[in-house]
Amino acid sequence: MNILSLALVRGLLGQVVGTLVGMGIVTLVRLIFGMDPVWKAEPAWVLGGVVGTMFFMLATGVMGDWLKWAKGESTPDHPHEEPGWQRYFNVSLDHKVIGIQYGVTSVIIFLIAGTFALIFRTELIAPGIQFLELDVFNTYVGLHGILMIAGILLGVGAMINYLVPLMIGASDMAFPRLNAFAFWINLPGAVLVLATLFLGGFDSGWTGYPPLSANLEKIGFQTFFMGVYFIGLSSITGGINVIVTVLRMRAKGMSLFKMPIFVWAALATALIQFSATQLIGLSFQLVMFERLFGMNFFDPTEGGNPILFQHLFWFYSHPAVYVFILPGLGIISELLPVFVRKPLFGYKWIAMSSLGIALVGFFVWAHHMFTSGMAEYLRVPFMYSTLLVAVPTGVKFFSWVGTMWQGKMTFPTPMLFVLGAITIFLLGGLSGPPNGTVSTDLYLHDTYWIVGHFHATMFGGYVFPMFAAIYYWFPKFSGKMYSEKLGKLHFWLMLPAFYVQSLGQMWVGLSGMRRRIGDYDPALGIETGQLLITIAGYVIALSVLIFVVNMIISLRSGQKAPANPWNSRSPEFQLPSPVPVHNYAQQPFEVVGEPYDYGLPGSVYVNMSAAPAGD
Amino acid sequence: MNQLKHYIGVVILVAVLTVATGLGLQSALQNGYILPPAASWQAVPIDWLFGLHFWAIAFLFSLIVGFLLYSVIVFRRKKGETGDGVHFEGNTTIEILWTLIPLATVIYFAYLGAQTLSDIQRVDPDAIRVNVTGRQWSWTFEYPELGIVSEELVLPNNKQALLRMKSQDVIHSFWVPEFRVKQDVLPGDMVRELRVTPKEVGEYKVRCAELCGRDHANMRAPVVVLEQADFDAWVEERLAADPTKSDDPVVRGQAWAIQFGCAACHSFDGTDGIGPSWAGLFGKEETMEDGSTVLVDAEYLIESIRDPGAQIVAGYQNVMPANIGEDLTDDQIADIIAFIESLK
Repeated sequence: MNILSLALVRGLLGQVVGTLVGMGIVTLVRLIFGMDPVWKAEPAWVLGGVVGTMFFMLATGVMGDWLKWAKGESTPDHPHEEPGWQRYFNVSLDHKVIGIQYGVTSVIIFLIAGTFALIFRTELIAPGIQFLELDVFNTYVGLHGILMIAGILLGVGAMINYLVPLMIGASDMAFPRLNAFAFWINLPGAVLVLATLFLGGFDSGWTGYPPLSANLEKIGFQTFFMGVYFIGLSSITGGINVIVTVLRMRAKGMSLFKMPIFVWAALATALIQFSATQLIGLSFQLVMFERLFGMNFFDPTEGGNPILFQHLFWFYSHPAVYVFILPGLGIISELLPVFVRKPLFGYKWIAMSSLGIALVGFFVWAHHMFTSGMAEYLRVPFMYSTLLVAVPTGVKFFSWVGTMWQGKMTFPTPMLFVLGAITIFLLGGLSGPPNGTVSTDLYLHDTYWIVGHFHATMFGGYVFPMFAAIYYWFPKFSGKMYSEKLGKLHFWLMLPAFYVQSLGQMWVGLSGMRRRIGDYDPALGIETGQLLITIAGYVIALSVLIFVVNMIISLRSGQKAPANPWNSRSPEFQLPSPVPVHNYAQQPFEVVGEPYDYGLPGSVYVNMSAAPAGD
Repeated sequence: MNQLKHYIGVVILVAVLTVATGLGLQSALQNGYILPPAASWQAVPIDWLFGLHFWAIAFLFSLIVGFLLYSVIVFRRKKGETGDGVHFEGNTTIEILWTLIPLATVIYFAYLGAQTLSDIQRVDPDAIRVNVTGRQWSWTFEYPELGIVSEELVLPNNKQALLRMKSQDVIHSFWVPEFRVKQDVLPGDMVRELRVTPKEVGEYKVRCAELCGRDHANMRAPVVVLEQADFDAWVEERLAADPTKSDDPVVRGQAWAIQFGCAACHSFDGTDGIGPSWAGLFGKEETMEDGSTVLVDAEYLIESIRDPGAQIVAGYQNVMPANIGEDLTDDQIADIIAFIESLK
């Protein structure tokens, strides 16, 4: 088999070639203009990074159709795609393939980011430097953060891309080529982020605050900024696609309040991604220009203001956390009725709460800056707006309780992860108000309590629901059943370990442990807590490995899955497993009832037309 | 009837969980298992509010988990049971209640937050002034009214201190956990203030709380709170034996080396650090990262302070701030060189 037939391979080779071309251009220009020295590493790497990404995308062929249209040529509507495993290494326009590409890439990035965490958490077991030098520690902490964020964005992309068209009765997304672009652009971005390891690292944490990040000694900052910029393009283009698809491509009879609830979550998420992501790109770009061209946006000795960076950065990075959790909370709402066999309590209120969280989330960013030295008068208003987010979030929790009340529950693996998610997201959410209150935040800011808060919200709002979703739809996308035994083992290891990790982090933080430190004062007396956190991390890692093993052996030799193992009313479960290539093309459906009328005898949600003969 | 028993059961469960977790948290707080002992008057409203938050957390956690556990146990499908759950879709009254009550509660908590914030910012016009300077990776404290510069923050008990703070390079953050309050320290002319009124004599530490580069973890300074009389004695002692006023350039040089942050990276006793140790440095043949060798003399040392990036010793990184010497006079540098020369 010709390895160059795989788009992934072509893309990576293209990135290498493009990087050299970009470096060459900068060097040539410097030579022509008589600049000294002719080879200047930082601008060479920057243009190299940009051209490298462009060449990656061109080499994969994902831009192929658009380039043809620009020349006035036409392209086939349904391009031929290789069957078998090669599909997943090539450009596909099928949202289901793209969804799986997002999902697998997400898991790989998670494994890398998790490994960095295990390394520095091992260092932190005891005071004193055991094996990890402080500046390497700082780089690993930053990489752990940004790669986890990238992994979550990819996982959100997986869930939304795979599920939304299936849930609304569409045969694909509104813009399949844009969908493919939005997936592939993540890869050169991730390569650039990882390249920081070889370019001196970056010691600012993923938040990249100047003046520290304008430190010219570390070129790694530039590839970090560029990598994030390109990964951000995925969110923006993906967001547009989801919004148009949901608004314009629903099946007959599917009014907005008759969509599966996950679609509301996806819509709210897409609205944030498409409008906020630009700000992190901008803030990073300004630091890049400060470094490259001396444009002193953030240098107060030259008329700039470092707090400006923080406003621009957090304007995206706060709404971003709602991008991370709204889909997962949508998964919880989607799965509970199926395993409790009764309607989702207060569907309309839950739908509106997703939009409510998205909206309020744009008005709270400066709670990350209570100690920053920003204008005094801003602190109290941002405290009020921040505490307000608890209201729509509370609506979700109370509605889940209402859904469970008087149900008839069963507990296969997806349901276990849903219940675990609820309690963990609760812990994370409840640790929020002390941070959102200025006076208590003056103590908590930049401590490990904050680390505990966001790990709990991320695990509860994304990680646990993501595993629930993977197990739940595994039969649908693969046609096989996963191992229930291994699934339960995964859960029963991960849940208690996660509680130990979270509570441990909050405890050492309250005791005075700061974040982003590679060594801590023995006088704090927190060695026990640190050891517990690290052990918990290893147990979580083990549980994830069990999950990966489950996926591999189940894909290879799992039992054949029925079309609807969960007896769900949702349209995708009325199709065979795995889903046919064009979804409902052969079996369009009409919505004739409510999505979650479990327990109402004789009620139907979707009326599938007859399956085609002999398929 | 059936319904009522469930409601009673779950209310009991929630109440038990609330009391258990709430009392547990309260006890841990009071016995110092979670927060370090409060040593400032600003800590009082903050710790009070923490206590209230923890009760709210205990209640809300128990509420949701209580209902969840009850449902998981009581509303599960028993073996062989068919049929679905009870069909109800919602309840507008309860939705409105569980929107408005939380809304009122968060607004109240925000109000308490604003109250406590104004409490901790109360101004005492007679506060003792301390100018705090943070730099990669040390702190210096200057008492402008007293004419003292110190590398330890010494404060009189029960008297408000007005800390006026700035950084010489990147963003740092001033935090003494026992005092509770925290404030980022900014470069340029962006002076930021923090008011702290100690209430317990003792020894504490300032810990930099904003990632500021390689040695952020170790950017600490001692804090000593003394009764007023002992503080006055300390001031007298410092003024009388002010090393920066000594006739001996070696003594003055050592004082400058600590005050201007050299000691954070260069040890005096041969211990390896972020920068080369000064022990035995003067007169040495040093190897640079480009392979050349240099005699460490006064000229070389002056260049190392005024233009740190010009030559880098092999095995070390170029992390010495370029502006570290901008406030040093030539005389002060000469004193430092005398001090270095004295270190064998």
